[in-house]
Amino acid sequence: MRKIRELVIEKSLLGSALITIAVTVGIISVLAIEAVRFFKEVSLFDFFTDTQWTPLFTDKHYGILPLLSGTFLTSLIAISVALPIGLSISIYLSEYAPKSFRKTIKPLLELLAAIPTVVYGFFALIVVTPFLQQFIPNLSGFNSLSAGVVMGIMIIPFVSSISEDALHAVPRALREASYGMGATKLQTAFKVVVPAASSGIIVSIILAISRAIGETMIVAVAAGQQPRLTLDPTVPVETITAYIVQVSLGDVEHGSIEYRTIFAAGITLFVFTFLLNTLSYRIRKKYQEKYE
Amino acid sequence: MEKIKEKKEVKNIVDNNQSKSLQKIDIKNVKVWYDDFNAIKGIDMNIKPNSVTAFIGPSGCGKSTFLRLFNRMNDYVDGFKMEGKIKIDGKNIYKKKVNVEELRKEIGMVFQKPNPFPKSIFENVAYGLKIQGIKDKKFIEARVEKALKQADLWDEVKDNLKKSALALSGGQQQRLCIARTLAVEPSIILMDEPTSALDPISTAKIEDLIFELKEKYTIIIVTHNMQQASRISDYTAFFYLGELIEYNKTKTIFTNPEKKQTENYITGRFG
Repeated sequence: MRKIRELVIEKSLLGSALITIAVTVGIISVLAIEAVRFFKEVSLFDFFTDTQWTPLFTDKHYGILPLLSGTFLTSLIAISVALPIGLSISIYLSEYAPKSFRKTIKPLLELLAAIPTVVYGFFALIVVTPFLQQFIPNLSGFNSLSAGVVMGIMIIPFVSSISEDALHAVPRALREASYGMGATKLQTAFKVVVPAASSGIIVSIILAISRAIGETMIVAVAAGQQPRLTLDPTVPVETITAYIVQVSLGDVEHGSIEYRTIFAAGITLFVFTFLLNTLSYRIRKKYQEKYE
Repeated sequence: MEKIKEKKEVKNIVDNNQSKSLQKIDIKNVKVWYDDFNAIKGIDMNIKPNSVTAFIGPSGCGKSTFLRLFNRMNDYVDGFKMEGKIKIDGKNIYKKKVNVEELRKEIGMVFQKPNPFPKSIFENVAYGLKIQGIKDKKFIEARVEKALKQADLWDEVKDNLKKSALALSGGQQQRLCIARTLAVEPSIILMDEPTSALDPISTAKIEDLIFELKEKYTIIIVTHNMQQASRISDYTAFFYLGELIEYNKTKTIFTNPEKKQTENYITGRFG
């Protein structure tokens, strides 16, 4: 009787593990199949070199570059906001803050990541854009700047929390060695602790970038829906994710080429985030070996 | 009668050393608390320059805490509170105006476990100089070489100074940590059980090193190893439950201790 119970539990655990894998395989194959069909009609060369993305217009162009540039631009703005702020927070929390303060502030910071992204999107559109327009008069109502800045705020906890874990994991003995030689707290933080935790910090940055690239609602709401090959942060752009939302919500015909563009864009996005996650996994593994 | 003689000898040592402008440590009625826990209960002591002083005693007797008072390493411990005076070369190091960073350049420390930075061998030894803002490459190189030679490590690493310090063996790492401390040219070196994580051969090397170093430095060493204390130190202080029980020439402590508690401890009857 007991043996049967053990067997049932074992099999059901295996089953749930297999379901996860099956779902992943399913998603990837659907993406791949539809993308292959798309690339039968549009050449890979055009896809990567054409500078216009207009599948919904009569004059159709299928160049992914405008969507990539929109994604790249918003992510770049986001990371340039999140990196200095997140890193400062993590260094402060791990090296300067009293223990009790650290314990309360860390979960509060992580709350930033728990706010629904659609709220962030409206915050960018209704608060941040009008505010920035006071300083940048020619800023359009939809732009990558405010979307990027707000996205940056959202990913601060990714940088600060994971970096703080890495900084905190640096052995106390290393700090004492540095203090013992007459180093100040600041010198110790930047010359010993941060370099020792560098791999963990890099992982946090990569995960934050990966999150920014995949972020959808903020850019869909606040960055506009105009695919445009530009690095000008004041004009409307469209990211890969925002395009997917736009087409999925619209009334394109199932099985049409317009419909398949979703999958072509989707697989591009997938490749990027997959590469970034693999990279961070590799770095993390190497780093674990170093301390063990 | 013997006691008086010894005192004279001690005095002679001190007198001989005064020409070398070395620093002695005067401790007056020092008490330490961690929150409510009274770790040190009032200690008076004088530590002589150019000698090795060993702190012995069972775990939790306060000897490490006491050692770390001399370079103010306890300052970062939560709940740390201290009373009394510690004068080094006549200056109270716990005065508000004291620059703690400057003090720590004068008083080096070697820790229980080898703790090299995850940097190259060269960068480890050069660290103390670089944080002082010294940029003269030749000067740094010369100091690094000198320190590594003093720590008896130069011959083993001179061809791979760029190698990571973490690739060295435990004993080599500890000598690297000593070299790192020496590079800043302190006058006092504090050692907190520097050989407890090492094998006997590495331990012997470090003990030889301490023997050579006392020519130029004042060394205070915390140790759990009674033989080590008797081998390398000139003076030994026995601590128990936050109090200094007995402090004398090492020879006297180990052959003819005044207090019963000391005798019990060094003969292994408790601790």
